[in-house]
Order: sequence, then structure tokens, then C-alpha cells
Amino acid sequence: MRRLSFACFAAAIVVVQVATGLTGTGYLLTQLTMAAWYSLVVVGLCLLMGYAGQISLGHAAFFAIGGYTTAVLSSVNLLPAKSALPVRALSAVGLTIGGTDPWGSAVLRLSPWISLAAAMIASAVVAYGIGLPVLRLRGHYLAMATLGFGIIVYRIALGTPLFGAADGLSDVPSFPLFPGLCLDGTRLHRVSSYYFSWFVVLAVIVLIVNLIGSRAGRALRAIHGNEAAAQAMGIDTSRYKLHLFALSAVIAAMAGVFMTHYTGGIGPGETSVMKSIRYVAIVAVGGMANLWGALIAGTVLNFLSLRGLFGTYDDAVFGAVLIAMMLFAPDGIVRKKRI
Amino acid sequence: MSLLEVNNLSKSFGGLHAVREVSFCVEAGTIHGIIGPNGAGKTTLFNCIAGSIRPVSGGTIRLNGNAIQDRPPHEVAACGIARTFQTIKLFSRMTVLENVMVGCHTNSRGSFLSGMLSLPFARAAERKVREAAMEKLAVAGIADLAKADAQQLSFGQQRAVELARALALRPQLLLLDEPASGLTMHETDRIGELIVAIRDSGITVLIVEHDMSLIMTICDRLLALSSGQVIAGGTPREVQADPEVIRVYLGDE
Repeated sequence: MRRLSFACFAAAIVVVQVATGLTGTGYLLTQLTMAAWYSLVVVGLCLLMGYAGQISLGHAAFFAIGGYTTAVLSSVNLLPAKSALPVRALSAVGLTIGGTDPWGSAVLRLSPWISLAAAMIASAVVAYGIGLPVLRLRGHYLAMATLGFGIIVYRIALGTPLFGAADGLSDVPSFPLFPGLCLDGTRLHRVSSYYFSWFVVLAVIVLIVNLIGSRAGRALRAIHGNEAAAQAMGIDTSRYKLHLFALSAVIAAMAGVFMTHYTGGIGPGETSVMKSIRYVAIVAVGGMANLWGALIAGTVLNFLSLRGLFGTYDDAVFGAVLIAMMLFAPDGIVRKKRI
Repeated sequence: MSLLEVNNLSKSFGGLHAVREVSFCVEAGTIHGIIGPNGAGKTTLFNCIAGSIRPVSGGTIRLNGNAIQDRPPHEVAACGIARTFQTIKLFSRMTVLENVMVGCHTNSRGSFLSGMLSLPFARAAERKVREAAMEKLAVAGIADLAKADAQQLSFGQQRAVELARALALRPQLLLLDEPASGLTMHETDRIGELIVAIRDSGITVLIVEHDMSLIMTICDRLLALSSGQVIAGGTPREVQADPEVIRVYLGDE
């Protein structure tokens, strides 16, 4: 059953790519690739909402931590400091990249692998910092704390020159993943970036499905099933919720890093609270604790939104979706499958 | 040294003294019953021992000589105290087997990372947990229900799942909060036999129960509470004959 789900999903990814190739609609792959990264955030949030019973209204902020971290770090020019020991050491192990900037001058940059690691560490540190005091309390305190956190990150992104203020950051270089595989938005790499993105999404889902089936996952499901009984069985419920919150924040940051390299930039719009609410709405559509549902809902809704189908009412549509889900189908519209 | 020593334990909620300077000992290898009319403080006492009511207003609770009062429930469980609940608390959306497997939490290993990567040692540990849980289901007589959804079972079966889950923790001390309430007479007899078998396997049992015939049949020692205070303690026969216990249960002439 589980293998079948993965096989169907992998097949769907290939079929879509081939179909766009045959019909000459390859441009759709751009939005599908972006939808993959947004779906990754949704999948991580689904894990938090479905298995820890906690809502985060700050996932766009974690996404932004990833995006801005990589946008800043991978754009720094190390050429003036190229004889300094740390830079020489990084060059020796292949973690710097030589190249030219958009104006043709030579530059030496940090490998995005470093900024990916930095972004994941930064988001984990922030998540533990917020979660540690808040997750000791029962109830929806995490939602409130992350809401506040999201607003702070939004204002920082909007007001800091280092982060490009209202314009955001652009000209973020391509992410050379492996020899012969680059993640960026150029037409040349459109197909390979599409496959890489969905490969990462599937890999993360494999890890999550493994987790849910393991001892730690069972403890998480027990917490959601009955918190008092879980504690009586020796489960440190606040610790488990904290780890899960951090994991889901790291997934969001990772998505932010890859998305920023794919689109070549990030702006404050990505960090807004409306974005966070959108992620929550999508998880609600897919069904809490339903990874495949969240993935399908995330892909479809984000794709439609990115294609501009909702026009200027984009945010309003997601608000309406959230209300409609709570009123008519609190368990989601995608049929629940055992995983 | 007794397995569990409760000394001058008090717990008040505002002006209400739910438990007042209660002292008693539970010897290893016995079934120790707690009786008393409604509101006597039995469940509060239980929750203080299990750590789900914190902090206590005064006194100490010692397991094997180590103070455990005011520790959170998961630490108390890790010390070797398992419990069942007066109102059944099973894990919803999980099978009977999975419910019992959760009981193995403190005596198994496996982190987030080992789980995500599905490492061989984690998978081997999972197989052991599954076997241990099946064993406990067999002890509770519900091995055939392993794959059933825990929430769909009858009341008596759910109680058996709770018991199997508590046993999976491999406790030194098992706290049973009204295990026979809501059960038929036949089911009550069966759970009585099961509790005796659990004691004979080396697990000490502390039980709160309203079913007097069950209590009198299975308990080695009894403690009678009224208005949060100990009014009698001793063998079931002694407690039954205690004039204060008779007065509290039957009223004055």
C-alpha cells in the first residue's frame, strides 16, 4: 500500500513532465517546481498539525529564514578576502564557487550547500527558542507565539537594508547541486530542476513516513490520541512536540533555500502572516495527519495560485478555503489513508 | 523498606483539603486496596503518586526510598509506576496492538533520527516491542483483538487494553483506578483473577475500587479514606470490622 502510493506519485511526476513536453507546455513546469517547494512546507506543517496537534502561524517566517539566509550568504563576494585562511580552507574542500556577477566582474562565492546548512541550523535554533517555553503549556500557545514571531520576521525583512527592504533580494546565484545538475530558473535547467524538486519532496515524505512508523512516531501519535495517557506511559510530551516543531521548521527553511535559488530571489511577501495562514489552510484541505492529502492539496492549490487563477483575490481565496473547510469538512476532503 | 512509602501527604485545592496528612506503606508483592466513599480523596491520592497533580501541598512519596513527589508523570512512569485511568484513556486512531506498544516506550530505544532513517537497530527494536506487546495482550486475554481499532471495542475490552498497556511498561508498581467500574459481574471476576495473576508475576498493585466484594477477595492490605484522611488500615478483615469504617459507610444509628 505504502509502496504503491510512492510508485503512483513518482509515476505522476514523470507523466506530467512528459505530457508538458509533448504538448509544448513546458512553461507549466516552472509553477509545478515552485508548487513542489511550497508543498514541502505544507507537508512539514501537516506533520506538526496532525501528529503534535499544534498549529504554527509562523511557517512562512521559517521559509523566509531559509530564503534570506541563502540569498545573503551565497551572494557574498569572497574575492577581496581570498587569501584569508577560512576562505582558502573552504576553497580547498570545494565549498566556494568562482564566477562572474551580472555585470561581468569576477566573484568568489560561498557554496549554497553552506547556506543550506546555515539556514537549517538557524531555523532549528529559532524553533527551539520559541518552542521550549511555549510547548510546556497545553493549548494553542504555539499558534500565538509563532504568529508574533511571523510578524517580527516580516517587519525585519521589510525594514532591513541587508535583506533588500521592500524590494527583497534578487540575483541569487544558481545552486550547483551535483556535477551536471544545477537548481535555477533558467530554461536550460527547467526539466532537471523540476525532477530534483519533486525528488526532494518524495525523499522528505519517505523520511516522514518512516518516522511515523517508528517508536518516536508512535509516541507522537499517542500524544495526539490522548496526552495524559501518553505521559503516564513515560512519554515526555513537551519534548516530543518541541522536536517535531523544530523538524517541521527545518523542512520549511530547506524549502525556502531551494525556492530562493530556483526563482533567483526572495521578497518580504514570502514572510507575511498571510502566507503562513495559507499553509495552514492547505493542510486543512488535505486533512490533518494526512501527508498525501496535504501534498495533493498543496500542489494543486499552489499551482493554481501561481498560475494566477485567483487573480487579485489570492489571499481571500485561501481565507475562504479555511472557513469552508472548518465549516463543512474539518477532516479534509482527501480521503484518509493509513500510513 | 517498603516499595512505596507515602508520608504525611497533603493536597488542597484552595480551601478544599482533598488529601490530609495521609501516610501508608505498600509492601512489594502485595495487592493494596484503597477504599472510601465518593469524595474521600482516593483519585487525588492516586494522581499525586502518578505525578499528574503537582505540586503536592506537603509530605513525601517514596518509591524504593527515592522521593518521587512533584515529578512529572513521564518521569514517574520511567521510575517504574504504571497506571490505568478511571475514565478509560486509550489512544484514538491507533490499533489495540499499537496502544500496547506505546506502553513499551520507556523500555525501548529509538530517536527521531533513527526512526526517519529506519536504521537496522531501530527496526530490530521495533520487532522486539511488537513481540513484547503481543505477549501482554495474551496475558490480558485479548490477543485476538490486536489489529482492532481500540475505540471500537466494548467497555470491558477497552479496560483490558489499558491493563495490557500498563503491563507493557514492565512496572514495579501498578496503579489501578477503579478497574471494575462499568464491568459486568463476569468481567469483574475475570479482572480480579487477572490482578491476582499480575501480583503473582511479581508486580505490586495499588488499587482504588468501589466493588467491595472484589476488593475483599483480592486485596492483601486495605487503606480506608474518608474526607481526605486515613480512617483505617490493615487486612481486609480488620478494616471491614473497624467501627469508623462502618460508621462512614453505613452512617450513625
